[in-house]
Amino acid sequence: MDDTASIYEHEPSLYAEHKKIYPQKVSGTFRKLKWGILGLTLAAYYLLPFVRWDRGPNAPDQAILVDFPGRRFYFFFVEIWPQEVYYFTGLLILASLALFLMNALAGRVWCGYMCPQTVWTDLFLLVESWTEGDRRARMKLDSAPWSASKVGKKASKHTLWLIIAWWTGGAWVLYFADAPTLVYQLATFQAPATAWMWIGILTLTTYLLAGFAREQVCTYMCPWPRIQAALTDEEALNVTYRVDRGEPRHALKRAAALQAKGEQAGDCVDCYQCVAVCPTGVDIRKGIQLECIQCGLCIDACDTVMAKIGRPSGLIAYDTDLNIARRQKGEPTSFRFIRPRTIIYSAMLLAVGGLMVSQFLTRDEFDISVLHDRNPQFVLLSDGGVRNGYTVRLLNKQLEPRTFALEVSGLPGSRLQVVGIDRINGGPLEIEVAPDTTRAVRALVFAPANANSSSPTPVTFRAVETVSGERIEVEDFFKWPVR
Amino acid sequence: MANKEIDEISGVETTGHEWDGLKELNNPLPKWWAWTFYASIIWSFVYFLLYPAWPWFGGPTKGFLDWSSRGQLRQELNDARAQQQALWDRIAVAELAEIRTDPALLEFAMASGKAAFGDNCAPCHGSGAAGMVGYPNLNDDDWLWGGTLNDIHKTIAVGIRAVHDETRDNAMPAFGRDGILQKQQILDVVGYARGLSGQTTAGANLDDGAIIFAEQCAACHGEDGRGNQELGAPNLANGIWLYGGGTEEVIASIANSRNGVMPSWDGRVEPTVIKALTVYVHSLGGGL
Repeated sequence: MDDTASIYEHEPSLYAEHKKIYPQKVSGTFRKLKWGILGLTLAAYYLLPFVRWDRGPNAPDQAILVDFPGRRFYFFFVEIWPQEVYYFTGLLILASLALFLMNALAGRVWCGYMCPQTVWTDLFLLVESWTEGDRRARMKLDSAPWSASKVGKKASKHTLWLIIAWWTGGAWVLYFADAPTLVYQLATFQAPATAWMWIGILTLTTYLLAGFAREQVCTYMCPWPRIQAALTDEEALNVTYRVDRGEPRHALKRAAALQAKGEQAGDCVDCYQCVAVCPTGVDIRKGIQLECIQCGLCIDACDTVMAKIGRPSGLIAYDTDLNIARRQKGEPTSFRFIRPRTIIYSAMLLAVGGLMVSQFLTRDEFDISVLHDRNPQFVLLSDGGVRNGYTVRLLNKQLEPRTFALEVSGLPGSRLQVVGIDRINGGPLEIEVAPDTTRAVRALVFAPANANSSSPTPVTFRAVETVSGERIEVEDFFKWPVR
Repeated sequence: MANKEIDEISGVETTGHEWDGLKELNNPLPKWWAWTFYASIIWSFVYFLLYPAWPWFGGPTKGFLDWSSRGQLRQELNDARAQQQALWDRIAVAELAEIRTDPALLEFAMASGKAAFGDNCAPCHGSGAAGMVGYPNLNDDDWLWGGTLNDIHKTIAVGIRAVHDETRDNAMPAFGRDGILQKQQILDVVGYARGLSGQTTAGANLDDGAIIFAEQCAACHGEDGRGNQELGAPNLANGIWLYGGGTEEVIASIANSRNGVMPSWDGRVEPTVIKALTVYVHSLGGGL
C-alpha cells in the first residue's frame, strides 16, 4: 500500500449525502398560527391578480399590475412611473428594517412563518402526509421495495405537487398582464410564449425548492441566517429549550425514582418529539443554531407531551438565554422589548416610511422640464434680436387629457413661440397632453432688438392647467451673444 | 494527514485556518451541489451546439440556432423600421403644413429629420444647423431662397446651383475681377451697402455709392437693398452677413462674387426624408 492510498483512506468524503427529513404531524398554538398565515398569504398570492380597480377608460382596471410594455406599475390607487422607481427602493429599505426589527423582538419570525420557502414547503408537506401518511408511514414507505401501492402514492404526491407548482407559476404571470384575459388565453392555448416560459420556470423552481430542496434552501442558499446571527442580541426572543428546567434528562419512571431518592431530575423526558416534528431536522435542545428557522412547532410538540405527563408547559418556549441565566441564579426574569436597538429600528422605519408617504402625497400630478438648446446656444436674428431655443417636456400623470398654457417670464419684452402650436386670436399657447403620458415641444423665446446682457438672464417657464389653474414653474437661462 | 484537527463541539475536521481564534470547519458540500455543477457542464455542451462557440478556420462554429448578435441587431432594426413605416406612410401623403400641426407626425418628423440632417447636412451647416462663414445659419430668420415650408422643401429638393433641371440658380457678377467697377467705386458701394444696416465705412463716398448701387445692384437686391428671395438675392439691410459684414469681406464679395452651392437631394434621399428634413429645418425656429 503506497502513501497516497493511505491518505485517501482516511480522507473524509468531500460530499455529504442528503439526509431526508420526515417531519411529524403536530397540533397546537403555533401550528394553528402557521396554518392561518399560510392560508392568508397563499390566498393573497393566488387571488390578488383578479381584484379589479376602476381607473376609467385610459388605464387598466387590474388592482395590481406590472405593465412592462406600458412602463407603468399599478397598485390600487397608486400608479408608479419608471422614474419613480425609488418608491421600490424605499419599500426594500422598509422591508429590511422591518426584518431587523422583527429579529430584534422575536428572532426569525420571518423564516418560521412568512417566508415563501416556509409556506410552500409546509403546503407540500401537507400533500406528502395526505398521500403517504405521517412520519413513520413515510419512512416505512421509502425503505419498502417498489410496489403498486408505493407507485400509486408517490405518483399522486408528485402529481399534486406539480399542479400546485404550476398554479404558483401561473399566478405569478397574472401580475404582469390582465389576469382574466391571460387565464382565458392559457385555457385556450393562445397565451404568449413568454407566459408559458415563465410558468414553466416557476413550476420547476417551486417543485424543486418546496418538494426536494426544502430546509437546504435555508441552510445552504439563504444569506439571512448568517446575517441574522450577526444581528441578534441576548435580549431577543428565540425559540429556546429551557435548559435550566429540562436538565438532567431522564425517562419518566427513572425521573420519578431519582426524585424519590432526593436526586435531581429535569422536566425533559428525552422523548425526541421536538426533533421528530422539526422541519429542518435539528435538536432545539442543542441551543440556537443556524438551521433552526424558529417556526415554533417544537414548542407545540413539547407542550403536548408535557400536558400528557402532567408537567407544566413551556419547557421549549420563546425565551432568551439571558432569562435562563437569570433563573439559574434565582433572579426574576424579564423581557425588554424597548431597548436602544428596537427604538433605533422603529425610528428608522418611521422616518423612511414617513418620508415616503409625504413624498408620495406631495408628488405632482403634472410636471415640466426644460432643456436649453446646446447648439446653437443663441441665434442672432435679422432685426438684431436674439432667440433661444428650448425643449419643454410636459408630464401629465392624470388619466384624462389635460391642456396647459405655457408662459415665460423674466425677460422684459420677450415673446414665446411653440413649434406646431399657434395662438388662437392672440390667446395663450395651449398644449394638450394625452392621458398618462408626456409631450415634448420646441419652445422659442425671442428677445427684442435692443435687449442685451453680459451674463445669461434667468427666465421662468410656467405651465398653467387651463381647467384647475394648477401651475408649475421651472427656471432656466436666456443666453446672449458676446457683442 | 494525521495532523488534521477535529473540532470538539461539531466533530468536524478543521481546515487548519484560524482567524483570531475562530477556526474554519471543513464541512462536506451537499451532494446535490456537485450534481448542480455536473448539470451546468452538460448545459455548456448544449450551449456549444446551439450557439456560436468554438474558434474554427474561417470563423467560429455557427451553432444549430444560427444565432448571431449582428443578426439579432438586424432583426431589431427591421422591426423598428416596420413600426416606423406607418408614420412614414402618413408623411408621404400629408401636406407639409399638416405635418406641422399633427403632434405625432411633428414629433416623428423632427426626430427623423434631425437624424437625416446629421447624416447629410451637418458637414456644411453644422450639427446644430448654426452654419459658418459661407454656409447659412438655418436657425435664424434670414433666408436666401425663402423660409416657408414650401420654399425650404424646394431648396432641399433641387439644391442651389446644383445638377438638377429646376435647381435654384442665379449668378452675381464678379465686379472687380471682371473689371466692371474700379477699386474706389467698389469701396463706395460697399460703404453704401454697409450703411443700410447702420455701419460706417472709412474712405467711401456714399453719394457715389448710392448711384452705383442703383445702377448695378438694385435690380436683384432691390431699391432698398432688402433682397429678393425669388432670385436668391440676400437682404443687405439687416445684421446678418453670410460671408461676413466687415469692409474687407464685403469688398471681397463684390469684387469676386461668391455664388455658393448646395447639392440637390432629390433622388439622393427618399421624398419622405426630404419632407422630414423640411419640417426639422423649419422647426429650428427661423421658419416663416
